[in-house]
Amino acid sequence: MATIYYTEDHEWLHVEGEIATVGITDYAQQQLGELVFVELPEVGKSLKKGDTAVVVESVKAASDVYAPIDGDVTEANTALASDPTLVNSAPAGDGWLWKMKLSDKSQLDGLMDETAYNAHTS
Amino acid sequence: MTGDEAKNLPLADLHRKAGARFGAFAGWSMPLTYPAGVMQEHLHTREHAGVFDISHMKLIELSGPDTGALLDRACPLTSAALPLRQSKYSLLLNEQAGILDDVIVTRLADTRFMMVANAGNAVADEAHLRMLANGLDVVIDPLDRVFLAIQGPEAEAALGRIGNETAGLTFMHGIEPRNGWFLTRSGYTGEDGFEISLSETDARVLLDELFSNDRVMWVGLAARDSLRLEAGLCLHGSDITPDTNPVDAGLMWAVPKSVRSEGRFVGAAALRDFAARGAVEKRVGLKPEGRQPVRAGSSLFDADGNSVGRVTSGGFGPSAGHPVAMGYVAAEFAAVATRLYADVRGTKLPVDVHSLPFTPHRYRKG
Repeated sequence: MATIYYTEDHEWLHVEGEIATVGITDYAQQQLGELVFVELPEVGKSLKKGDTAVVVESVKAASDVYAPIDGDVTEANTALASDPTLVNSAPAGDGWLWKMKLSDKSQLDGLMDETAYNAHTS
Repeated sequence: MTGDEAKNLPLADLHRKAGARFGAFAGWSMPLTYPAGVMQEHLHTREHAGVFDISHMKLIELSGPDTGALLDRACPLTSAALPLRQSKYSLLLNEQAGILDDVIVTRLADTRFMMVANAGNAVADEAHLRMLANGLDVVIDPLDRVFLAIQGPEAEAALGRIGNETAGLTFMHGIEPRNGWFLTRSGYTGEDGFEISLSETDARVLLDELFSNDRVMWVGLAARDSLRLEAGLCLHGSDITPDTNPVDAGLMWAVPKSVRSEGRFVGAAALRDFAARGAVEKRVGLKPEGRQPVRAGSSLFDADGNSVGRVTSGGFGPSAGHPVAMGYVAAEFAAVATRLYADVRGTKLPVDVHSLPFTPHRYRKG
């Protein structure tokens, strides 16, 4: 059964078994504005919580997206290479960023659920 | 937001009402984008007309019998050669010919001129002018006005339909069409357009009238930056600084030949030395090969990995349709199409030296 978690840095994690799909929230994409480039991680890359996993670039600025937990990258959303605006149009869907295999599921305990996240952004 | 100590624009309420997102720039809380977003705001300006609040910039009125003498000392220009209503892009230099600021000077009368200075330099510019004016009969008057830019191919029509006829005015000319108004045909987007300074009261009326036209929209500082970068125009503090000189910056077109040889402006001797030596490095356009923007601060390398320059402005060009950047490279690497490599977070991205501007200027030169 899948569970969705949120971070204070406006990322979401969709966790199914050992695999988490990570993206940024609608709130985050609105703050960034239309994306023109997404620098994706290489598959197999080992990420520690807090590492820069992805860089999202708008007209004006480059912003880091941090690994919310430890794990190895299993897949990156290569569709973003040709259309980075998927992150704007479908941040919680086709605009996902990367998937990772969780090293330590207990790290999920420190994350927010949707209710807590909504309170965080309001 | 970071703007705790930043000054608010006189029209901040209008920007909030328009849904602006604010950010700090040069000590001001500035509207960066509106709900349309930087991409749309940029493209709308190139296609129709965009309105920018540039009240952070400073107008300094200079008047009195010695105003010409002050200008000839402060800037590499001959004020006597500036016709009535003519605007001129010029520079404030230090004794080393480093660029303290880039300014626009307009002659309003025989002994009265308007100087437009950058927000971040305005206080220092005024102090510099007062120092140079010591012993001269000049009044230096920084104006407290709202300052708006209306830019784009429909700017003339947008002003005309609300009773502000500007058809007789050509690029880089300025007039005072009403009491307390200063209007020039100029801008910093590469498009035809106008800059208007006026009282807050008059500005609110003008904006009400302008926005009754749906071809006119607010455009924020983010798009102002992408527009000026595509147009190859310098941002002081990034592309030109007190550590760069007009020769390396490629701005000698702004210094008349007679002034180069005979001028008595601050920095004249140093500038003559730079001109005699020739550019050691050159300001160039840079076009990244792929989709990934290359931004200010990136170092530039040749194919052998030798450091040859640096990026001073960079982002994505919505009209160009690709990333655009500007920077300085050693003179031998400045030829158009020279392949260089920009360090972006440890990866070397291929970039080619590109001519400036990226987007052709569409000024109304008459």
